[in-house]
Amino acid sequence: MTTVVLPGSLRQYSDGASTLDVDVGSGATLGDVLDAVELRCPRLALRIRDEQGALRRYVNVYLDRVDVRELGGISVPVGSSAEVLVLPSVAGG
Amino acid sequence: MTDVLLAIGTAKGLVLARSADRRTWQVSDLRLPMNGVYAVLIDTRASVPRILVSADTSHWGPTLVHSDDLGATWSDPDAMTIAFPPDTGAALTRVWSLAASTIEPEVVWAGSQPSALFRSADRGAHFELVRPLWDHPHRSEWGAGFGGQAIHTVLPHPGDPSLLTVAMSTGGVYRSLNAGASWAPSNTGVSAYFLPDPLPEFGQCVHKVARDSATPERLYLQNHRGVYRSDDDGATWTSIADDLPCDFGFAMVAHPRRGDTAYSFPIESDGMRLPAGRACRVYRTQDAGRSWSALADGLPDGPYYTSVLRDSMCADDCDPAGIYFGTRDGEVYCSPDEGEHWSLVASHLPDVLCVRAAELS
Repeated sequence: MTTVVLPGSLRQYSDGASTLDVDVGSGATLGDVLDAVELRCPRLALRIRDEQGALRRYVNVYLDRVDVRELGGISVPVGSSAEVLVLPSVAGG
Repeated sequence: MTDVLLAIGTAKGLVLARSADRRTWQVSDLRLPMNGVYAVLIDTRASVPRILVSADTSHWGPTLVHSDDLGATWSDPDAMTIAFPPDTGAALTRVWSLAASTIEPEVVWAGSQPSALFRSADRGAHFELVRPLWDHPHRSEWGAGFGGQAIHTVLPHPGDPSLLTVAMSTGGVYRSLNAGASWAPSNTGVSAYFLPDPLPEFGQCVHKVARDSATPERLYLQNHRGVYRSDDDGATWTSIADDLPCDFGFAMVAHPRRGDTAYSFPIESDGMRLPAGRACRVYRTQDAGRSWSALADGLPDGPYYTSVLRDSMCADDCDPAGIYFGTRDGEVYCSPDEGEHWSLVASHLPDVLCVRAAELS
């Protein structure tokens, strides 16, 4: 089971849940995890990825505490017990 | 007179103000907090008015939401109301402009960043990309102004649904004569001083275009240096800047009923983005740009250093017309008598990005 950890500012889109457990099976990618999130919480998914499936510019996603942009982005393989942490980057005024 | 609703889009949310006399206002708290509100449409065509709002956060992306209860509740769609199709490879940054057709009661147009036009046939609940403009061979050559590459002006013709005009910064004006099926640049006479050819076919940095209410073929254009009028629905343009204190600025608003009448908030120059004369003054023409007069009664005296963005000036649909503008330092002013007298509606808001007003029937 992969655990997706959400920041407080996104929990309005997950019925208040701070984590979502998704079962995507072996060989899954981060994109598959986020697809599973989209099935459960479509409004949440809209905030993380744009309509082309890319991570939004100021959204950071960490796979087992490593920035996924350093791992190849959305196509990075995700282990069956991984933690996917979603955080807003330091941006805005 | 019934109430007037004034929607104030700011860099950090939406404020709704309501008034029965346009002199005293009930000003709401901040709605959609931490969303930049770049465009608002108050759609009064149906019996229940709809407020359609372009809102986006720096982190979580853009949304287009609507309220059918004057802002008490907002739509919260499961899918993007407006999005680029997969084959375009593009993603919506934000919606910059919203315009309702006056002759097709369900149709709403949206101009976006990146530069594209979308059409809704259900009052803004869903939009579809206007492909012919997206596929225009010029698109790869359209530039991006400081605010981004966006269609900031959409002007459906009030009497003929086949006629559409859009405008963008460092792209210019484009027109369709066949309901969006094909598009052509329409910038003859408009300057682009920052290009080697100062009168190119396209690429002008147009800041705003407004349509005359009595003569729909007459348009007023605030350019990046230059103020122009067209008397042939944008086919050709002539300068109307001679009587203005300067030819730079962003806002341009036409009177809602009276022809030849438009409003501007001139800014000194592109290199000196301060109000003309360092004073808070709205300029009005009543002869289609041949002459302009400064309007100041009730506006701040003394040095004034903030400016008015392209969508931060508007008119309501009352008689006499109300004129409104908001500033980058968060003040909003209203004139209930077509610009003769002004008073403060709200202050200490975030930067005002847009204002729109309408009479509630």
